[in-house]
Amino acid sequence: MSSIVPVKEQRNFSLSFEKRLQTPPLLGLIVPVVSVILALVFSGIFLSLTGHSPIEIYRVMLEGAFGSWYGLSETVVKAIPLILTSLGVAIAFKMLLWNIGAEGQLYMGAFAASWVALTFPNLPAYIMLPAMVIAGMLAGGLWGLLPAIPKAVWGVNEVITTLMLNYVAILWVDYLVYGPWKDPNGFNFPLTAPFVDAATLPSWGTTRVHFGLVFGLVAAAILYVVLQKTRWGYEIRVIGESTKVAKYAGMNIARNILLVMFLSGSLAGLAGMAETAGITHRLQHGFSSGYGYTAIIIAWLSRLNPLAVIVVSFLFGGLLVGGYTIQSSGLPAATVSMLQGAILFFVLGGEVLTRYKIKLGK
Amino acid sequence: MEQSIIIAILASAIVSGTPILFAALGEILTERAGVLNLGVEGMMLVGAVTGFMTTVATSNPWLGVGAAALSGGALALVHAFLSITLRANQVVSGLALTLFGTGFSGYIGKSLVGVPAPATFKPVIVPFLGNIPVLGEIFFRHDYLVYITYLLVPLLWVYLYKTRSGLNLRAIGENPAASDALGVNVFFLRYLYVIVGGMLAGLGGAYLSLAYAPTWLENMTAGRGWIAVALVIFASWDPAKALVGAYIFGGVDAMGYRLQAVGVSVSAFFLKMLPYILTIVVLIITTRQTMKKHVGAPGALGLAYDREER
Repeated sequence: MSSIVPVKEQRNFSLSFEKRLQTPPLLGLIVPVVSVILALVFSGIFLSLTGHSPIEIYRVMLEGAFGSWYGLSETVVKAIPLILTSLGVAIAFKMLLWNIGAEGQLYMGAFAASWVALTFPNLPAYIMLPAMVIAGMLAGGLWGLLPAIPKAVWGVNEVITTLMLNYVAILWVDYLVYGPWKDPNGFNFPLTAPFVDAATLPSWGTTRVHFGLVFGLVAAAILYVVLQKTRWGYEIRVIGESTKVAKYAGMNIARNILLVMFLSGSLAGLAGMAETAGITHRLQHGFSSGYGYTAIIIAWLSRLNPLAVIVVSFLFGGLLVGGYTIQSSGLPAATVSMLQGAILFFVLGGEVLTRYKIKLGK
Repeated sequence: MEQSIIIAILASAIVSGTPILFAALGEILTERAGVLNLGVEGMMLVGAVTGFMTTVATSNPWLGVGAAALSGGALALVHAFLSITLRANQVVSGLALTLFGTGFSGYIGKSLVGVPAPATFKPVIVPFLGNIPVLGEIFFRHDYLVYITYLLVPLLWVYLYKTRSGLNLRAIGENPAASDALGVNVFFLRYLYVIVGGMLAGLGGAYLSLAYAPTWLENMTAGRGWIAVALVIFASWDPAKALVGAYIFGGVDAMGYRLQAVGVSVSAFFLKMLPYILTIVVLIITTRQTMKKHVGAPGALGLAYDREER
């Protein structure tokens, strides 16, 4: 039986796809790397068409992100929320549960952690910080559970509900920082009063690299073990492969939808807690630079592998820091989002090579 | 409430609903063909910026509309290539399109922020119809693009349900293998409808930047593309129901502003949340209903068509 599928038939040229049973490991590494390079080349051509020198832009970005100890530390700072949100997105995607709501879950985590910090300012640090972690994870998790319930019970499309909740969460935080929680001494800026010292995460030396890094690394390690070595991880992987098989094997899909979305949201919530307790030391308008959306790209680029998420988040942290550097030379902040979108396009396109053998025939 | 206020709200519901309607009609065609395109928000944003940019350059809003349709179609072509030819995951490809479109529109639109539009679509009173009391005031004192949707909705409805091409369109989304066996060119038609869907999304974006709020702002669609995707489910892939749904959303959107003007003491942030919360609620209700009635999405929605596997 031939498995050759003609897609484009012309007299002397044809392209056919043959499904691979297994992706050669080396190919699985080379294809994403080449895809990213192609995305940068493509974007470079576009940048030069709009009158910028891509080589100069990329050089400045690279130098800004990785060229100095300061740049490197800032790259790690940006990687922290990216690791946590991407882990959350990755575990949901593993089950083909499209959680696009990491951004909102992050905002809700930050909100709940800030509530603890602002409401109980007299707690000692060893109670305050764990309480903020729990509150942040709980709030993010519940925000993730909100769309998970209609998904599990009635099959309501979670792409749209998780995404809509992003807008609601951001508006909620805006309401607080423009309204009841606004710092009276804040010169009318949309932010809360600064947290007490006990509510701030310790950071290393003079850098802004804070304890949230440990959260990210530990969470990645735990998730890796859970996915690879536990029965639950096995269930998640099976459900992601085929719901039919999972049902046949007697797995409770609805319960897994709830659990995974709660976990997914709580990781994003932890990211929100870490950003407020580690970086801004207060809740403020627009404190996330779209981490929850970047997480979608990172999760996919990491092939939903928690350990790969760490590496890819570090590189995307660099992309964000590099993005700040080029803004000082007059390029808009959106340049980085454009690059990110282009990278995801090319990675998706490149995946065809890892899934199929492509044959050119005559 | 006074009658004039109610009429004003209803009239502005149509205006706020129109960009969503354009995008939803496009997505209906795309999904009917069996392709899920979650890039609507991105295509609308790029349509909004290219439409505005072209109008600034030429002072002709019609050229702006054309440019918006072309750019929306071009982005949709990328999605078509990835999801139809390369069989990439349609959810992720659509998300990539939205992420790219958001960044791209921000990038090319940076110099346009704060630039006044040299020409916009202004309300035109339809002769005779516009003078009908109440109904005329609600429906026939809008701009040309609104009138285009009045024609587009019945046109698409007839096309979908009463023509041979419409039958083919529904068939390739329901059962591509059977259509293929009957000699229908599934690949070509899917490309076609994905591109046309993108053009309509681009138009919806241009409506925002050329008629609704004639200016360019980064992320000015504010989730309307996603609401359009939700609306398609609400409308159970039917253009006529999409029109009703779009006006309901438009009404909620418009009411937020009106309530503030009337002096209702709810924070503006909560009023802004209304359309998003409504989307979720409506989605839950319609999903439950479609499950009961067993009228769901096109059978092959979201699945790449693979001749080998038929």
